[in-house]
Amino acid sequence: MFPIVHKRQLSDSVFEMGVEAPKVAAKAHAGQFLMVRTGEYGERIPLTFSDWSAEEGWIRFVFMRVGKTTHELAHLEVGEALQDIVGPLGVPTHVGDIGRVVVVGGGVGAAVAYPVARAYAAAGSEVTVILGARTADLLVLEEELRALPLRDLVVVTDDGSAGQMGMVTHPLKQLCAGGEVDHVFAVGPAIMMKFAAATTREFGVPTTVSLNPIMVDGTGMCGACRVTVAGETRFGCVDGPDFDGHAVDFEELMSRQRVYVDDERAADARYSRECRCTP
Amino acid sequence: MHPVDDSASGVAGSPGAGSPSHTRGNPGAGSSSDTGGAPKGEDKPRRRPSRGPRTPMPERTPAERRMTFAEVGLGYSPEQALAEAQRCLQCKDPTCSQGCPVNIDIRGFIGAIIEGDLAAGISMLKARNALPAVCGRVCPQEEQCEALCVLAKKRDPVAIGRLERFLGDVDLACELDNRCVPEVAPASGFRCAVVGSGPAGLACAGELAQLGHAVTILESLHEPGGVLTYGIPEFRLPKSIVAAEIEMLTTIGVDIQTDTVVGRLVTVPELLGQEGFHAVFIGSGAGLPVFLGIPGENLNGVYSANEFLTRVNLMRAYEFPRSDTPVWRGRKVAVVGGGNVAMDSARTALRLGAEEVFLVYRRTEDEMPARREEVHHAREEGVEFKMLCSPLEIIGRDGWVTGITASRMELTDPDSSGRRAPVCLVGSDFTIDCDTVISAVGTRANPLLKLAAPGLGLSRHGYIATDDDGATNLPGVFAGGDIVTGSATVILAMGAGKKAARAMDRWLCGPASG
Repeated sequence: MFPIVHKRQLSDSVFEMGVEAPKVAAKAHAGQFLMVRTGEYGERIPLTFSDWSAEEGWIRFVFMRVGKTTHELAHLEVGEALQDIVGPLGVPTHVGDIGRVVVVGGGVGAAVAYPVARAYAAAGSEVTVILGARTADLLVLEEELRALPLRDLVVVTDDGSAGQMGMVTHPLKQLCAGGEVDHVFAVGPAIMMKFAAATTREFGVPTTVSLNPIMVDGTGMCGACRVTVAGETRFGCVDGPDFDGHAVDFEELMSRQRVYVDDERAADARYSRECRCTP
Repeated sequence: MHPVDDSASGVAGSPGAGSPSHTRGNPGAGSSSDTGGAPKGEDKPRRRPSRGPRTPMPERTPAERRMTFAEVGLGYSPEQALAEAQRCLQCKDPTCSQGCPVNIDIRGFIGAIIEGDLAAGISMLKARNALPAVCGRVCPQEEQCEALCVLAKKRDPVAIGRLERFLGDVDLACELDNRCVPEVAPASGFRCAVVGSGPAGLACAGELAQLGHAVTILESLHEPGGVLTYGIPEFRLPKSIVAAEIEMLTTIGVDIQTDTVVGRLVTVPELLGQEGFHAVFIGSGAGLPVFLGIPGENLNGVYSANEFLTRVNLMRAYEFPRSDTPVWRGRKVAVVGGGNVAMDSARTALRLGAEEVFLVYRRTEDEMPARREEVHHAREEGVEFKMLCSPLEIIGRDGWVTGITASRMELTDPDSSGRRAPVCLVGSDFTIDCDTVISAVGTRANPLLKLAAPGLGLSRHGYIATDDDGATNLPGVFAGGDIVTGSATVILAMGAGKKAARAMDRWLCGPASG
């Protein structure tokens, strides 16, 4: 069991949770993920690290309350425990002094963008972050990002309730057009990553995307997470989650993410009925 | 087949439930043995083996099986076990044991059943095999011990596997305190790490613990057992059996750490360094599924057998929505492959409610690597065999599978090695309508292996290279099971694990003590 040592509500439906897991924290790198299971009958869900402390022995992740498991997570409090935490998994994001980097974080993807931007900055890159969300309430980790040594932080919302109105692709295009971008890292909903990659392709700017396919074990055993990259089948868990955004088949990824939509809805509805404590 | 026996409705509990187990009871006592039972006197007169036919094992009817994940085979009753044991010739120079990868004293344990001394039989089994209730179910005995039984030359061999299962189940039916605990040597002071808790790791850990070493198993999943837990379905190997056999290992001191991915959380050099282990065994299995390499393999509704079985077995998707993990329940399911994993997938799909399940294999039933018993069960349950068919493309609509385009095949004349190769018949393409495709065409080494132990010598196919005893090129690092041989059987992996354990013991203590 892994004790919960931190919980913070970042927006109406987004939470940050910290768990005591010293061995995992000692090995964590930006861009890696963990598998989380809440109980004996629970599913294993992949969540990306948002932060960790090797010294203090904890790891943190951010999740949006969308299905049964994330509803369950949202109901857990400090002092309770998670059944299983497995990680760190996946290949760490390749950061190095690669000049001027733009990190794009959409929605909950901000939780991945934060440690990745921090790692790029620590490695000597000049980092601009584009933080996007549908609406102001869904912007997360903005303060934490502001505290990093960034060149700039650009906030965009679909409805203009915070920062610029529009999509993350607008400032991204401007930056690329200015010829001041050597590399782009994008993480968020698949559709956002698809358009971010399409934007940078015009300018020939190398773009890494951090994919979020469905997983079961997260260790290369099942292949649920397979994605087509440059025409080849790759496993999101052991070959990724980072891939060349210009080579990913996003249509396939989005289709595969929808396989269990009906089951997920049914499970969530059943949980809400039985639990009757969902706000 | 015998009708379902009332007393045998449970799994582990059935055979031993009513019979004394570790007392010196006679399993046949009370039933006036009609099979020419051995005299139970003190001064053994010469015994005459029964010439009766092989005793069938009761099993659920095919119709019943399609509705349930409960175990198919119900195990021998004490009377049936005695009747079958009586068939054994108790050869002076038994050949059966030579067919056993872990060298079980088969004549010995069958002799103990004949004499009614089940406790002695169980100890004999456990001296060689930490998981008898598992192996009695899943070993391919027909190719191993039973193939070498003298009776096999003229009649059916003794049902060694079923007798092993009988004794294993009698043991498991006891309270933990009363179960047969293998003897453990005095503590050696050495610590061994075992990577993976599948058959190779469990056998290695059990042997090392018996030799007096402190053993820690590192398992990446949340439950131990490896393929016994995530791969082999409940109806063939109940999870309660696996759990009970593993519990015995913890009783003799084996520590199991789940959620531990070696290669990510800890590396082999770290295990031998700051973690303080003196030797490491890698039994991680060949877990990465191979796909068909044809167009359409990433359509929704296409599963690797590993994913399909893991969802159902480990994650209990058959209990969805009680369990949180769903599985796509196809109406028409095509399973590609001809091994045990293909049979397990096909039979699981039936139990999830599929109307039709096809088994698509490019050779014929004769070449199938699956056990005959599994093929027979699959057919009985209604799996339709499409032999000499090779998939060319998986076709779909709106991202979902709608069928397979396949080519008919024929087998060439045997080449010098006797092997008949399948070749496509030109222009024979046809379509199999289906909404689910399960690819059961094998696995290969997981790339995490290279991160786990930098510098580890690998074979051409990416498996670990070892000598005959399981030693790798790295000092103190041993390996065995599928990660060395590629996909094989539970018992071969167990044999490799045991062998490596003895080599580790010699490496740790020096040849004199080994």
